[in-house]
Amino acid sequence: MPAKRHAASSTAAPASTTASLSSGPATLKSNSSVFDIAGHVWQQYTANTPQRTLLLDAFMAFLVLVGGIQFVYCVLAGNYPFNAFLSGFSAAVGQFVLTASLRMQISDSGATSSSKPSSKGKNARFADDEEVEEGISHERAFADYIFGSLILHFFCINFIN
Amino acid sequence: MAESSLDVLLKGSSGQRTRGLLRIIIILTIAAAAVASRLFSVIRFESIIHEFDPWFNFRATKYLVENGFYSFWDWFDDRTWHPLGRVTGGTLYPGLMVTSGVIYHILRLLTIPVDIRNICVLLAPGFSGLTALAMYLLTCEMSTSPSAGLLAAAFMGITPGYISRSVAGSYDNEAIAIFLLVFTFYLWIKAVKNGSIMWGALAALFYGYMVSAWGGYVFITNLIPLHVFVLLCMGRYSSRTYIAYTTWYALGTLGSMQIPFVGFLPIRNSDHMAALGVFGLLQLVAFAEFVRGFLPGKQFQKLLTSMVLLTFGLGFAGLVLLTVSGVIAPWSGRFYSLWDTGYAKIHIPIIASVSEHQPTAWPAFFFDLNFLIWLFPAGVFLCFQKLNDEHVFVIIYAVLSSYFAGVMVRLMLTLTPIVCVAAALALSSVLDNFLVMSKPTAETQAKANAKDAKIYGKMKNPVVGIYSYFSKAFVTGSLTLYLLIFVAHCTWVTSNAYSSPSVVLASRLPDGSQMIIDDYREAYYWLRQNTPDNAKIMSWWDYGYQIGGMADRPTLVDNNTWNNTHIATVGKAMSSREEVSYPILRQHDVDYVLVVFGGLLGYSGDDLNKFLWMVRIAEGIWPDEIKERDFFTARGEYRVDEEATPTMKNSLMYKMSYYNYQSLFPAGQAVDRVRGVRLPAEGPQLNTLEEAFTSENWIIRIFKVKDLDNLDRDHSNAVAFEKGIKRKRATKKKGPRVLRTE
Repeated sequence: MPAKRHAASSTAAPASTTASLSSGPATLKSNSSVFDIAGHVWQQYTANTPQRTLLLDAFMAFLVLVGGIQFVYCVLAGNYPFNAFLSGFSAAVGQFVLTASLRMQISDSGATSSSKPSSKGKNARFADDEEVEEGISHERAFADYIFGSLILHFFCINFIN
Repeated sequence: MAESSLDVLLKGSSGQRTRGLLRIIIILTIAAAAVASRLFSVIRFESIIHEFDPWFNFRATKYLVENGFYSFWDWFDDRTWHPLGRVTGGTLYPGLMVTSGVIYHILRLLTIPVDIRNICVLLAPGFSGLTALAMYLLTCEMSTSPSAGLLAAAFMGITPGYISRSVAGSYDNEAIAIFLLVFTFYLWIKAVKNGSIMWGALAALFYGYMVSAWGGYVFITNLIPLHVFVLLCMGRYSSRTYIAYTTWYALGTLGSMQIPFVGFLPIRNSDHMAALGVFGLLQLVAFAEFVRGFLPGKQFQKLLTSMVLLTFGLGFAGLVLLTVSGVIAPWSGRFYSLWDTGYAKIHIPIIASVSEHQPTAWPAFFFDLNFLIWLFPAGVFLCFQKLNDEHVFVIIYAVLSSYFAGVMVRLMLTLTPIVCVAAALALSSVLDNFLVMSKPTAETQAKANAKDAKIYGKMKNPVVGIYSYFSKAFVTGSLTLYLLIFVAHCTWVTSNAYSSPSVVLASRLPDGSQMIIDDYREAYYWLRQNTPDNAKIMSWWDYGYQIGGMADRPTLVDNNTWNNTHIATVGKAMSSREEVSYPILRQHDVDYVLVVFGGLLGYSGDDLNKFLWMVRIAEGIWPDEIKERDFFTARGEYRVDEEATPTMKNSLMYKMSYYNYQSLFPAGQAVDRVRGVRLPAEGPQLNTLEEAFTSENWIIRIFKVKDLDNLDRDHSNAVAFEKGIKRKRATKKKGPRVLRTE
């Protein structure tokens, strides 16, 4: 659990800077309370997120880490096997995105602002969300996820040279 | 189909099923009509591959079928671009060939032996049937009215704008690409509506297929991000958008990179950067939406807007920076010419020289789309009234593609689907409003052709609205009339304008009987039979694919146009004096030179009419040696008769075209029927080439490049010697004068 938290909070840091950057024009109040808000968010997150969703978040944080390492390596050590780098990186990004989508689809039951800092938020307009979730059951969402991941990894392996 | 029984069926409890069945039958009928209307050329002429590019595709397909997939993938073709060769496997869009290869093998598996040529010829009509189906699906996503989808499918099936690229025999990338385009859009709309990974992944798969089939995939690559971006700006972000777009982008980009010809373009080329930018933006927006759950709320719209602006600004700055510093390749030339119509003419004559890259003349819109073009704005207006996510898509697509279609003739093809959708939306809403009372109108429809009648017969939805008997009859009557005229127009256009193979020409004799002019195949067959297997043929690049496909001889340049310098070399050889051209021909191992000459028959697409493009392209590389101005008379006219400029008269192209031409006519009466001028009494002399073959109607002339002279004279002397035995004096006179100056 501590490891997960650590990973999650590491992604929370850049996120909160974004917030502080852009909240400048918004209001003074939000500007002053960025850290408060971040702390508030974090508390709500740990309190409200179900265990399964936490697992997904940990996976996403891991993917961000993997992608980040690959990117840093590419910048530092050169991009010689460019195919390999690309497929590795896009596997991480693609899997991240797919997981985020899966998370969006299944986290509706814990609807009340269960959300995580690693970037994919739930839509606050619940009307829209309910519309979505009506159509897609958890099992269907997971099957879709498997389908997408299979395609993704097929492409990656084919591309890796 | 009797109206009364139809009525009974539709009202009863079995109505739902009957309608479903009817709909399937109608769709099938539409598909059949779409296929049938494209078969004019096969019936009139024969099952033959058309035009230029299809010949290459056909040749590549044959290679694929004969040698298998892997050697096709690694195919290095040494029979084109003669000294250079071409890495064909890595520089083509393999989708088309692989598709027909797969069809071929499936048919073989079913023990139906079909010639690969027939598959290639009939692929485009076959896929047009599928396009009609995809169109139905797409339009059904836009409208609740079932008639809209059927109307759109019918329009798509027979509209000339699409038929122009998909008649039987035009075995080109567009043949399958339009189906893929429409179907990808359908899947995309489905993904946005449902927010499901599966639809997004399917859209990505078909997008990948589209990438493998046609360079026009860039249109999708930019349209879908734009759709998402507009949705974001309208404040319509939802998790569905996120799921659909990110899935599509992540999988689609990876999929597109599998094609060797595309390779790293999706991350290097500016054309694709919008998609990447929107992908990043969407991540940020998704995060912002999440933060929104914790913020007081009112200020959030502001916060979001400022974030969007900030990111967009940063992204744009980064893009400019990367482009300037050269990490990302600058926009491709064809893309520039989309924004600045004058660009290509100045910088890349080879793009401008292709007729389908010219701006569209306005009558072409009416010619290709008939009454759909004025229903189109009405349909777009209706989309504004409903304005769901998918309607935003229609609007964006409509705006973008109308602009593009105005810039480049060939992009009319991408406009056609959306025009069909919008027109069908408009028409179906009109019909839904006016057709409530079915009896009188159904009778009217019965006189219309069967397909249309079925479409109208289905619109029985009770709508509150117009009850006046007269206005109903009037409106539906006039619409029926328009539809009938549309069908007639489409048939007429298809049969007259778009069904000519352009390899075989047809003309009418004075007594009205048809005459087939088959000079191209005659000449290519002559080459195949009478020249060694590796004889190099030089011709202008238009004919490169045909020579490769029909004559099976190596060529110097072809329609691939990947090497501008090489083409300019050929242009230089054609437009220079013989003394300059001959070394060029020798250096490139040219054995035969082929020119197309329409002067005898009045065939206007010949080389002399394209000649200025050769000059321009050559001038782009050798501005000191070739000057376009020299080919115009002092009064700025392009002439080929007595008053043609010396440069013109001495150019190899001019000489080859008119060589011996005057011998067909009584002295001094030689007439060029294309340019409508009388030619000089004495024809041009050729020293370094000799005439090898001239086809029946003189359309194709083939000249053999002479070998070096046995006695080491230069060719003009040798020819003068052979002719001038009688004119000893002239040669003798020349001799001493030369001696004296020395």
